Amino acid sequence: MTQTPQLLFKNRRPGETAFLQEYLKTGGYQGLKKALKTLTPAEVVDAVKASGLRGRGGAGFSTGMKWSFFPADQPGEKYLVCNGDEMEPGTYKDRELLMADPHQLVEGMIIAAYALQAPVGYIFIRYAYEQCSKNLERAIAEAKQAGFLGQDILGSNYSLELHVHRSAGRYILGEETALLNGLEGRRPNPRSKPPFPAQRGLFGKPTTVNNVETLANVSHIITGGPEWYANLARSPKGAGTKLFGLSGHLERTECFELPVGIPLREVIEEYGGGVRGGRRFKACLPGGASTPYLTGAHLDVAMDFDPLAEVKSRLGTACVTVFDETTCMVAATLNLNRFFARESCGWCTPCRDGLPLVNWLLEKIERGEGTLEDIEMLKDQQRNISGRAFCALAEGAMGPVGSLLRLFMDEIEDHVRKGRCPLRS
Amino acid sequence: MAELLPQQQVEHFKAKAAAIAHPMELVVDVLRAIQDHHGWVPDEGVELAAKILGTSPLKVEEIATFYDKIYRQPVGKRVIHVCDSICCWTREAEQIYAYLQQKLGIAPGETTADGVFTLLPSCCLGACGKAPALMIGLNTYGHLTREKVDEILAKERSTVKT
Repeated sequence: MTQTPQLLFKNRRPGETAFLQEYLKTGGYQGLKKALKTLTPAEVVDAVKASGLRGRGGAGFSTGMKWSFFPADQPGEKYLVCNGDEMEPGTYKDRELLMADPHQLVEGMIIAAYALQAPVGYIFIRYAYEQCSKNLERAIAEAKQAGFLGQDILGSNYSLELHVHRSAGRYILGEETALLNGLEGRRPNPRSKPPFPAQRGLFGKPTTVNNVETLANVSHIITGGPEWYANLARSPKGAGTKLFGLSGHLERTECFELPVGIPLREVIEEYGGGVRGGRRFKACLPGGASTPYLTGAHLDVAMDFDPLAEVKSRLGTACVTVFDETTCMVAATLNLNRFFARESCGWCTPCRDGLPLVNWLLEKIERGEGTLEDIEMLKDQQRNISGRAFCALAEGAMGPVGSLLRLFMDEIEDHVRKGRCPLRS
Repeated sequence: MAELLPQQQVEHFKAKAAAIAHPMELVVDVLRAIQDHHGWVPDEGVELAAKILGTSPLKVEEIATFYDKIYRQPVGKRVIHVCDSICCWTREAEQIYAYLQQKLGIAPGETTADGVFTLLPSCCLGACGKAPALMIGLNTYGHLTREKVDEILAKERSTVKT
């Protein structure tokens, strides 16, 4: 097992949370001091762009690029919003981060908000993460007390207010425009884009939304420099480290900080301890419930954005869920699709009506009552829903369905031929 | 009907709403506070939230019916949310869910006769590394077994005031 530099998890201790004193001991708020005292906001944006940091919430867009679209020079109300609505099945890395070391997010947000010249920031936290909300509230209070947050931070003439917003459950809130509606106290359906949040976001003002892990990386990029950060990755185009939350049929279902570009095989065998009970690997979701399956043929793929796109999947949140040889992939896909159908906000037809139809087809096939026509209809639905919905929820739901059709057609047809699930006795 | 929200909290939210430019950003906080105090959010709770925030009950209702952790019907004193998402599914969550139904003598969506527990399915709880998992109130429990479920139910039951 190669040792990886630990940035985000350097203060992680089992069952404990590092607050200000411990955070300061390991170099906490040095990045903030460097940014505010030696860099202009534009230079911070350039450093983040040069680091190659890509969004850690699933979409993987260049963070520096996203910030460069923001009208930082425009005076008046502007917002930085942290997306902590981590509700994609398989993904629990942000909880681990906030339980271990909440000041990293606070420091990252102050630097990011300085770069964007936003005077107000919100941290949006899902209902189930109450302890994370409390940790953040304490970290914010400590940072204020220490002069890292509030008025005229470190004598820089820059001021920032940070608020924690507690939510009340629903996956769609993770979609950035639905999240903004949720923060405003509106029914959280996604918004039409354009205008993008950088032009018209929270309360109609310019807004940038970034994931917890993305923002937590910012202080490390400023402290260590963009080149150092980029070189932490193992793949040529990758950058930095990544939190990998492991789950499913593995011996060890824990969260690790590993280099971007680490081979999937190493994640599963070295860190996950291999498939549980000595069984064989069948498939995995490489980055949450919306990422297309990978099989044993893909075990040597580098866990990075581009290499995973080349094998028709996505890095997503890099939270890997493994299925062993006994798993019925139709049943697994049905479970995933039920989640997406239930969590659809119902705003648009492909999602509201299409996902229940996909459920109906998968249920029928899994029960052994499916026909070859049902398989054709499933293919049609997958094609028709993908790219035709208002936001990315339905598109994400079709990730597993599309890869089921592409990689496990034999298994689907076996259900139809045998008139039962071939993997259930 | 029992008090929806202590007057002191009503005043606190009113003052907060008056001090900010966009009072509706507090709507989830107000609904959660009513639910924490009253157990669930009745129509009168929606009306109270609307009054505090200076908006219409319809605007509040749009929110109250959207989130799955806001209860618009009476529930037991402890609501059990059982995760049925993929990671828990791979680690025998269906059996745990069946055991809970058998042990409590209720189907999903129902409340035990003594009014203590309501059982609901839930999407991912973000406890995938500790699957199978469930949440009661704001407490998450993972690595569930039948024995552990027995202990959790006994512990949660002991915290309920009779």
